[in-house]
Amino acid sequence: MSFAEIGSVEAATAALAAQGYLADRPLALGIHLAIALEQPLLLEGEAGVGKTEVARALAAATGARLIRLQCHEGIDLHHAVYDWDYARQLLALRAAEGGVDEGQLFSRRFLLRRPLLDALEHDGPVVLLIDEIDRADDEFEAFLLEFLSDFAVTIPELGTVTAQHRPVVILTSNRTRELHDALKRRCLYHWIDYPNPDREREIVRARIPGVPEQVVVRVVTAVSRLRQHGDLYKLPGVGETIVWAQALMALGDEGDLEDTLGAALKVHEDVERVRERKVLEGV
Amino acid sequence: MSDDADVVVAHADIVIDRISALAQALRAQGTRVGLGELLTAQQALTAVDSSSRDDARLALRSVLCSSHRDIERFEYAFRAVFGDERMHFGQDPYEPLGKIERPVPPRAAVAGNATGSPEDQDPVAVPAAYSDVELLGHKDFSQYTDAEMAIARVLIARLARRGPTRVSRRTRPARRRSHTPDLRRVVRASLHTAGEPVERHWRAPSTRPRPVVLVCDVSGSMTPYARMLIQYMHASVAARRRVEAFAFGTRLTRITNELGGRDHDRALERAAAAVTDFAGGTRIGAALAQLNREHGRRVGRGAVVVILSDGWDRGDPEELGREMARLRRSAHKLVWLNPLAAHPEFEPLTRGMRAAIPYTDELLAGNSLASLEELAVILEDI
Repeated sequence: MSFAEIGSVEAATAALAAQGYLADRPLALGIHLAIALEQPLLLEGEAGVGKTEVARALAAATGARLIRLQCHEGIDLHHAVYDWDYARQLLALRAAEGGVDEGQLFSRRFLLRRPLLDALEHDGPVVLLIDEIDRADDEFEAFLLEFLSDFAVTIPELGTVTAQHRPVVILTSNRTRELHDALKRRCLYHWIDYPNPDREREIVRARIPGVPEQVVVRVVTAVSRLRQHGDLYKLPGVGETIVWAQALMALGDEGDLEDTLGAALKVHEDVERVRERKVLEGV
Repeated sequence: MSDDADVVVAHADIVIDRISALAQALRAQGTRVGLGELLTAQQALTAVDSSSRDDARLALRSVLCSSHRDIERFEYAFRAVFGDERMHFGQDPYEPLGKIERPVPPRAAVAGNATGSPEDQDPVAVPAAYSDVELLGHKDFSQYTDAEMAIARVLIARLARRGPTRVSRRTRPARRRSHTPDLRRVVRASLHTAGEPVERHWRAPSTRPRPVVLVCDVSGSMTPYARMLIQYMHASVAARRRVEAFAFGTRLTRITNELGGRDHDRALERAAAAVTDFAGGTRIGAALAQLNREHGRRVGRGAVVVILSDGWDRGDPEELGREMARLRRSAHKLVWLNPLAAHPEFEPLTRGMRAAIPYTDELLAGNSLASLEELAVILEDI
């Protein structure tokens, strides 16, 4: 299935479902629009609701190449777009004993391609995932703004590289800080919420083939109780639900929710509070 | 032009009308909608099945909203424009909702305006008053007259520019020798020396602003100080990047967005409208619990947390201790400004303060310009 075939909300839903990703209607529509309008899609939501997974499923469904740029503190052009292989340049310079001119030195041979340049030059459909953009700093955000509007970058020594095929771009943010309005306005926006229990049960079934029904029901009930508890520092996401179900499956009949609480809660106080108040009693 | 084309054009006109009405309704609620979004919105409508009201709504929503908060505004605007009860957006879009009663924002937030003409309090007129600044240095905020407040405002803005920094992983070219060679420049220089890296260049790490989280107590007992401290928060949000501002009485409100923008008075008005528990009781523990849970990620990445409160807590001291412990673990540094600490015989006797003190890195007064200066010095050293 190619991008062009995702011509409706239903097609987007079906394509993702075939990869085990159950998207609700607003999300499927966001993806459909991102493809139809060739606009980046910005996904925000709590940790572990499956923001990154969307890109992965979309790439798998369409046979596109997934290129991922994981943002981090201090990321700059040379991490994201290109860099020169300085060590090899120096070696080449010395080997040629000065018989090298600048043009040869700054040629493709010595160019290190980073994810964004890869995405532009790849011959074929690409899903470009720009993950956790809130970790990057303002300068990088400003650069991205330019990148996302032109899909071209200029390498001073080589010239301008323009996209062969416009990649489908998905950005994710954990909201550790507010993104710039300018960047947001260039994107379609979707907030991924925690799924309701019905959908979450479906997700667990889709992600762990052959999971016993009893495990699905217990884990999803437990997770939704934890989320409603309202007094926890970190709420479990869908990722945690799946790991928890896997843990119970691995333990078989001995599997106990209280014992495996560490699969869902990662803050000591939260675990203690849940045990103390017997939140999971009767599940 | 054939009749068919006319019909299509007329139809497009209606769609554009509706979308503009929607945009207007969104703008009336404070969401930014530009021409670009309008054009995209129209394209989006043609891309989905336009007979489905729900799809049209979702399509428009994903184009016109750019934050979580916008979604609620959008739903309201959409109902208003496309719903049964079509509203007319005239002067006051909230008119049909009836009057919203809000507790009157007390003087704590809005700069005083008691006597004299506006010119008397014009902060630009400060140079003539530089001799007063010396006097103001140690004067307690609660003793300020309106005129002194106007003078202090300028000085506070200056203090608020000074904030903590941290070393970034980004590097920049350096003059001095360091540990990281600047290979780019070395290679370039070697071109002239037959590949021999004779001339060497270096890079050094740069610094970035460190995130700051300001949490101000606006309960009754803090009223005399809150108005100056909120000025400090506003000036910080305006002057530096990565500053988050919160206010609390019995519950926590994030006021970073409200305090944003250059216009001083309007920022304070917006903040006052957002905070509904001015000059009421205090539950510090509950407010910090909310900070830890709802905004944990904003605090967690090496932020300096500054709490501005007198520690008069009506809540459970055990909860306060617990939440302070958590905050101490996730924040980089925890500073507490307590106006009562200005008193020479200050002892942290209130239950709240006693619970909180073991977890604070610094305790300052924050009751005068001099102590805010002290805060600026501490922040710069962090």
